[in-house]
Amino acid sequence: MALVLNEEQQMLRESAKTFIQESSPVSALRQLRDKGDEWSPELWAGMAEMGWTGITIPEKYDGLEFGYVGAGLVVEECGRTLASSPLVSTSVVCASLIAALGNDAQKQAMLPAIASGELVLALALSESANFDPAATALTANSSGDGYVLSGGKVHVLDGCIASKLIVVARTAGVPGDKEGISLFIVDRDTDGLNVNPVLNADSRRAAELSFCSIRVPSEALLGEAGTAWPELQRTLDIGAVFSAAELLGLAQEAFESTLGYLKERKQFGVPVGSFQALQHRAAQLFCELELCKSVVLKALQAIDEDGPERSLIASMAKAKMAKTAQLAVNEAVQMFGGIGMTDEFDIGFFMKRSAAASQEYGDYYYHTNRFARLKGY
Amino acid sequence: MANLEEFRRETRAWLEDNCPPLMRRPVKSDKDQCWGGRDWVFESDDQRLWLERMAERGWTAPQWPAEYGGGGLSREEAKILQQEMARIVARRPLESFGIDMLGPALFKFASEEQKQRFIPPIIRGEIRWCQGYSEPNAGSDLAGLQTRAEDKGDHYLVDGAKVWTSYADRADWIFCLVRTDFDAPKHQGISFLLFDMASPGISVNPVKLISGNSPFCETVFENVEVPKENLVGELNKGWDIAKYLLTHEREMIGGFGLSRAGSTSLGQTAMQTAGDQQGQLANGGLRADIAAFEIDEMAFALTIERVVDEAKAGQGTGAASSLLKLYGTELNKTRNELLMSIGGSGALAWGGEDTMTAAKNWLRSKGNSIEGGTSEIQLNIIAKRILGLPG
Repeated sequence: MALVLNEEQQMLRESAKTFIQESSPVSALRQLRDKGDEWSPELWAGMAEMGWTGITIPEKYDGLEFGYVGAGLVVEECGRTLASSPLVSTSVVCASLIAALGNDAQKQAMLPAIASGELVLALALSESANFDPAATALTANSSGDGYVLSGGKVHVLDGCIASKLIVVARTAGVPGDKEGISLFIVDRDTDGLNVNPVLNADSRRAAELSFCSIRVPSEALLGEAGTAWPELQRTLDIGAVFSAAELLGLAQEAFESTLGYLKERKQFGVPVGSFQALQHRAAQLFCELELCKSVVLKALQAIDEDGPERSLIASMAKAKMAKTAQLAVNEAVQMFGGIGMTDEFDIGFFMKRSAAASQEYGDYYYHTNRFARLKGY
Repeated sequence: MANLEEFRRETRAWLEDNCPPLMRRPVKSDKDQCWGGRDWVFESDDQRLWLERMAERGWTAPQWPAEYGGGGLSREEAKILQQEMARIVARRPLESFGIDMLGPALFKFASEEQKQRFIPPIIRGEIRWCQGYSEPNAGSDLAGLQTRAEDKGDHYLVDGAKVWTSYADRADWIFCLVRTDFDAPKHQGISFLLFDMASPGISVNPVKLISGNSPFCETVFENVEVPKENLVGELNKGWDIAKYLLTHEREMIGGFGLSRAGSTSLGQTAMQTAGDQQGQLANGGLRADIAAFEIDEMAFALTIERVVDEAKAGQGTGAASSLLKLYGTELNKTRNELLMSIGGSGALAWGGEDTMTAAKNWLRSKGNSIEGGTSEIQLNIIAKRILGLPG
């Protein structure tokens, strides 16, 4: 597939840009933080109205079926203003899992509700601070006509606002095994499920969950017991690529505002952007960002195509993007100088969000290691 | 699409029948490649046959128009030809600055008569070209060049010296930047001349490099007479041609950063030489550096792809050549550094005069970020022309 956007995709990008800049500028995140709000239901309702809550969902379940490239463009634009919403967890990650593994009843029950914006979902995966999906230890033991779940989860993105969770659990094997992993749809207000919100540096909340022998019916199982790994793998590839798409928007915005400052800020009687020391660093960063544009587009296409190189490309994209976003925000704060260190100024929000988004669905080291493994060394 | 599939079938069959066995091996040394030209001595019958057969179809320059002897292929067809050649490890039939650098500039700037005269012999590999750009006092400041061409009525008289003239000692003709207006601002007094290296008054001295090879020369012109019809484009407008040609050169040099089709990955090579531990490269530090490099290499290859696709869709940014030159050459240097580490003390072996060794390749790669405009010049161009930074 050619590495260019088609006309439809370009139009989507333009409308996403306009909508996000108007309804969720960076000041919205600041306001959210200052008021201590968990999220913006108004933004979510607006996204539903645009159809984006159903952007990857098939038309027969009331979705837009626009594909992952299109969805990635919306998320990239969200990255530019640090717009905070459950779009990736609900409408991309969880919706993909349900569409791939759900039975008719589950799809009917959840996909249209996601598309309409009524249902917010979160993926409960990690159990320790470092991303390692196969290490899942939370147990789901068959009991009567259902299962009993015991264990804990950390860093569940959007876990505090989701009404349902997709819980990654172990029905067989030991932590580290890829066999024996199963997925369960669990209502967040189930008895025995404790939710503890953790405020992170990026002003967003992730949930810590503890499952004290909670009982779920057998209908809660998504897909067949013990065989979730391949589809989970695909979903985590999707998550990694979408966090890369968000970082692409974030890094470009940080770079462009830095560039504006270099042209405007005067010291020694001249714009600081006339100094070669800064020019060369800006030019280097420009090149890295150009590479990132190529890898993110390729990775989104690879998700749509779902070919044999999908995981390799996803890891390549996330690793490259995480490294570059880190460079972009570090250079931004350094080049803004003193003002870049103040809370009053927005660039710090970019630095914080960059660190958080880089962790989501595996960081630079996780994906570099996985890339090497997939390449056979 | 059906037509492309047919083209692929035909091409595959033709290559099977026509690519001689010796030409289906990876190139081992500089000498092993065919450069053509008046004095070329073919290393083997296979080398001669391969050039003749490919040139006859115009496939030494697959995308050039058929009316000048080129292949007349579309971009898609040329890509298929490249893939089918890679499939049987067929090498390029001809290495040529005429094809990679001069030709595109001639198509854009030369008169019809000049095109008819110069392009067909380039495609057939009959004339080998060299490039007269840099001078002892004009490196990064290329437009500061001092080689003079004085108007003597029916000819120009050329005096001066060029350095880093690749293969000037083996070239038949030179495309050369000369100063034709001595009072104008430096960019506006330059012209683009073509002349025969056998002309009286030209002396060439190869310069030995740190890699032990001498691909570059110092070339001195003393009262060299050049017919006026050999001026390409307008008088004093040569800088436009120079820049256009540099764009092609930069893209070509930038492409060096990509591993060749069919070559094994650095990681695989390292597994064989540096040892593996349960299916992973035993040295974790080396493994991490190789992975970081291969991620960049893949991202760079995708960027070349995107630049081409965008240009085709009319969405190009025009930022491409400096970016590709800068990034591609830096990657190639990293690649060679890693190969030296992977090879360990074995990679230090110098080898015979005609053998390309890891050490020689590594040393040669250092020139990539200097030739064709240094990395720092590319950064300047990006900062000023693309990012619009002042000063």
